[in-house]
Amino acid sequence: MSNEAILHSHQTGTHDAAHAHEHHHHETFITKYVFSQDHKMIAKQFLITGIIWAIIGGLFSVLFRLQLGYPESTFPWLEDFLGGWAKGGKIDPEFYYALVTMHGTILVFFVLTAGLSGTFSNFLIPLQVGARDMASPFLNMLSYWFFFAASIVMLASLFVQTGPASGGWTIYPPLSALGEASSGSKIGMDLWLISMSLFIINALLGGLNYITTILNMRTKGMSMTRMPLTMWALFFTAILGVLSFPVLLSGAILLLFDRNLGTSFYLSDIVINGKILPNEGGSPILFQHLFWFLGHPEVYIIILPAMGIASEVMSINSRKPIFGYMAMVGSLFAITALAFVVWAHHMFVTGLNPFLGSFFVLLTLLIAVPSAIKVFNWLTTLWRGNIRFTPGMLFAIGFVSMFISGGLTGIFLGNSALDIHLHDTYFIVAHFHIVMGVAGMFGMFAGLYHWFPKMYGRYMNNTLAYIHFWITMIGAYLIFWPMHYEGLAGMPRRYYDFSGWESFNMFAGLNQFISFVSIIVFAAQLLFVFNFFYSIFKGRKVTTLNPWGAASLEWTTPIRPGHGNWPGEIPEVHRWAYDYGKDGRDYISQTEPVGEQESKH
Amino acid sequence: MLRLRRIWGMNDFFLIAIAVMIFLLIFQIAKASEYVSILKGEEKARKQTNKINGFLLVAFLVLGLIGAWWCNKLYYGKTLFPQGSASVEGESIDTMMWITIAVTGVVFIITQILLFWFSFKYQESDKRKAYYFTHNNKLELLWTGVPAIVLTVLVVFGLKYWFKFTGDAPKDSQLIEITGKQYAWDIRYPGKDGVFGKKNYKLTDASKRNPLGVDWTDAASHDDIHVPTIMHAVVGKPVKLVIYSQDVIHDVGLPHFRMKMDAVPGIPTTLWFTPKWTTAEMKIRTGNPNFVYEIACDQLCGKGHYSMKGEILVESQQDFDKWIAGEKPQYLKAMAPEEPAKTDSAAMAKPVALNSK
Repeated sequence: MSNEAILHSHQTGTHDAAHAHEHHHHETFITKYVFSQDHKMIAKQFLITGIIWAIIGGLFSVLFRLQLGYPESTFPWLEDFLGGWAKGGKIDPEFYYALVTMHGTILVFFVLTAGLSGTFSNFLIPLQVGARDMASPFLNMLSYWFFFAASIVMLASLFVQTGPASGGWTIYPPLSALGEASSGSKIGMDLWLISMSLFIINALLGGLNYITTILNMRTKGMSMTRMPLTMWALFFTAILGVLSFPVLLSGAILLLFDRNLGTSFYLSDIVINGKILPNEGGSPILFQHLFWFLGHPEVYIIILPAMGIASEVMSINSRKPIFGYMAMVGSLFAITALAFVVWAHHMFVTGLNPFLGSFFVLLTLLIAVPSAIKVFNWLTTLWRGNIRFTPGMLFAIGFVSMFISGGLTGIFLGNSALDIHLHDTYFIVAHFHIVMGVAGMFGMFAGLYHWFPKMYGRYMNNTLAYIHFWITMIGAYLIFWPMHYEGLAGMPRRYYDFSGWESFNMFAGLNQFISFVSIIVFAAQLLFVFNFFYSIFKGRKVTTLNPWGAASLEWTTPIRPGHGNWPGEIPEVHRWAYDYGKDGRDYISQTEPVGEQESKH
Repeated sequence: MLRLRRIWGMNDFFLIAIAVMIFLLIFQIAKASEYVSILKGEEKARKQTNKINGFLLVAFLVLGLIGAWWCNKLYYGKTLFPQGSASVEGESIDTMMWITIAVTGVVFIITQILLFWFSFKYQESDKRKAYYFTHNNKLELLWTGVPAIVLTVLVVFGLKYWFKFTGDAPKDSQLIEITGKQYAWDIRYPGKDGVFGKKNYKLTDASKRNPLGVDWTDAASHDDIHVPTIMHAVVGKPVKLVIYSQDVIHDVGLPHFRMKMDAVPGIPTTLWFTPKWTTAEMKIRTGNPNFVYEIACDQLCGKGHYSMKGEILVESQQDFDKWIAGEKPQYLKAMAPEEPAKTDSAAMAKPVALNSK
C-alpha cells in the first residue's frame, strides 16, 4: 500500500461533490494565482510572502546572535555568503546594526502586520461574517501588490553597496537623516522610507476594505454582537491601522525631505565629522512623536489579531463558550482607544516634560486593566472545559502564557520611574519580544494550524506541529526570560560587543547560551515551514466539512470553497458563534435557528 | 554567483549533512506516526496524544517555575540590586522596583499556575461534559476592579518618585555639562564663576581647540574647563548634568545611579542625582578592583555605538579640588598654545566654587 493510499484510504466522495456546485467563471493561471481578486487567494499571498520574510528576518537574528554569543570567534563561512560585510568571518559593526534594523523592520511590519493581520483579515472576514468576498476585491488585490512592491524595494535595499538602513527599526533622525552619520543612512535609508511608504498604502487599502466589509457585508442575522471575536479583533486592528499609519507616512515623507531637499524638520545645530550643517530650528523629537503615534498602535495592530485568534481557538477546543463575550469586546475596544494616547511612554527619557509624562504613565498603566480582563476570561474559558490539545490550541495556550509574562513586565516599563532605569536595556528587549514577538507569532501559529484545513483542504502533520510547539515554547522562555536579568544589570540593547565594558561583561556565558538556543528555535521554525509547504500538496485530506466541530460560519462552506465561498445562498445566522456544550449538545452552528425549548444565556 | 574565498572543508559538509539527516529523521518519524494513527484509529490516537500533551503542559509549569527560581539563583547576583543604588535618588527607583516585582510576581505565579493547571485538569475526558458558562457579572467586575485599584497604587507611588527626581535640582548642585558626539563624550565645568560660557554650534572647530563651539567673546567662558571622557564628581553632592549632542541622538546611561537621559541635538536636556559612594568605595563594595562608574550610550548612534563609553569618577571634595586645580581652562588652551602666564595657574590653584543655581 502506498503512502498516499494509507493516508487517503478513508476518503469519501464529499470533496469532489463540493466542486460541482462552485460558480465557475473563466479563470486563467494569472487571474487565479497571481492577480487574484479572491480574498482567500490574497490571504495566501500575504501568508506566503510573510513566511518568506519571516525566514529572512529570523535568519538575520541568528546572524547577529552569532556575534553576540561568540564575540571572540570567527565564522569563515559567513564571509562566503556576506563577502565584505563579514571580513575574515566576523560580522562588521555597521552590518550588525543593519541586521538588527532589518530584523525589527521585517518582523514588525512585514511578518506580524502583513503576514498576521493581512492573512487572517483577508481569509476570515468574508468567511466569518458571511460575505462572498471583500467590499472591494480590486482594492484588496491592490493592497497585496503594494505590499509586494514594498517587499521588492526592501529586499533591494539589502543588496545596495552601502548596505540597508542601520539606524534601528525606529529610524530616529538625525542618525537616519544624515548619510555622513552612518553608511546605512545613505541610499539604503531612502529605500527603507520608500518601501515603508508603499507598505503604508497597502495597510490603508487593506484596512478600509476590512472595515467596510465588516460594517456592510454581514449576512442576514449576523448582528455585530453575533460575530466571532476574531472579527471584532480584526475590525479594531483595521481601525488602528487606518487612523495611525498615515501619521507615520507623514513622518517618513518629512524625513525624505530632510534627507534629499535640504529641509530642517528634524535637524538643528549639527556638527558631523567636523562639518557644520546649516540646518537650524528642527526637532528630532518631532519625529519620535510622529513615529510612535503609529509605533505604539502598531504593537496592538500585531497583538489584537492574535488575541482574537486565541479567543476563538480556545473556545472551540475547550468545547465551551468564550467567557464574557461582551467584556472581551469591551476590552478590545478599550485597548484600541487607549492605544492612541500612550505613545509618549516610549519617550520618557528624551527630555519630555515630566508633568506631561505623568499623564502617559497613567494612561499606559490603564491598559493593564482590559488586558487583565482578557487574561482572566481566557482562564475561565478553560475552567471546566473538555479540552482538546490540537496544535492550534497549544499555541493559543502558549499565547496566553506569553501574554501574561510579557504583559506584566509592561507594568515596569510603563511606569516612568522604572523606565528611566530600564529604558533601552535588555529588559525592554525581553518585554517586547515576549509580549509582541513571541505572543504575536503564537497567535499566528494558532490560526494557521487551526484554519489550514479550510485554506488548503488538507491537514498539517500533527507530530511535526507538536515538536514545533514544544521546542518553540521552551526555547522562547529560555531565550527571553534570562534577558530580564541582563536588563536589571543595565545592559544596553543594540550593542555589538560587551567585552569592553566592566559593567556588562559578566554575561558572556549567558549570551552564548541565548544564542545557542535561538539557533535551535530557528531550526524548529524551519520544521514548521517544511510542514506547511509539504502539507499543501501532500497533507492528509480533509474529509468532513467541520473537522473541529466549530460553530462559526466558515465551516459551513464546502471543503475547498470556490470564489464566492458558498455554492448556493449565503446562510442566515440565528445565534452567536459560541454555543458549545449548550443543552447537552457538543456545538450548535450559527446557522441553526434557536429552538423553542432552548435555554437562554 | 558566490565567489568562494575558502575551500569548504570536509567538516563543513559533515555538519550540513548531519543537520539534513536530523531533519529527515524527524520528518520520517512524523510521517510514520501519522500512518500509525490512521491504522490504529484516528480517534484513539488523538486521545492518546491529548493525554501526552496535557501531561507535558503541567510538566512545563513545574519545570518552568523551578527554572525561574534557578535562573534567579544564577543571575540575581549579577544584577545591580545586590550593590544597591549608587545615587540617593536611585533608592526610590529600587523601592518602586521591589513593589512592582512583588505585585507582578504574585499575579504571574497565580495566573500561570491556573493556566497550565486548568489545561491539565480539564483535558478531554469521556466522563466530562463542558460546562456552559457564558458570563458572570460579579466575577468580571471583580477582576476589573482589583487590577484597577492595584494599578492606581503603582501609579501613585511611581509618580511620587518620578516627580521627586525629575523636579528641579537642589540649589547646591554641581553643574556639569556633557556633550555626546559619535562616539565619545566631552565634559565641561563652568569654572569658578559657576556659569558656562555661551555656545554657538557654528563656531565648532576642533583644529582651533574649540570642539564644543564655545563663544570666546563671552567672558563667562574664560574659566570653563573642558575634559574628555572622564567626569569627576563629589560624593554626597548633587550633580546636575546639562546634556548636549553635536550630531545624532545619544543617551547618558548611568546604570549604577539608575539614571538615563537622551542627548538631543538642538535641545539641551538635564538630569541630576546625588552620588552615594566614591569609586574607591564601590571597588570594595562590589569586590571588583576594576570597578568604574561607566557612562554607557543607550541610544543607537551609529556603528561605534557599543564603544561610546564615558566614566564618572566619584571622589571626596578634597580629591576633587586637587584635581580641578590642576586643570587649565580651555580658553587659555585655545588662545595661547604655549604655557600660560604664571599668575593664571596660581589663581587656579585655589579651590574653586563650582556651585550654581
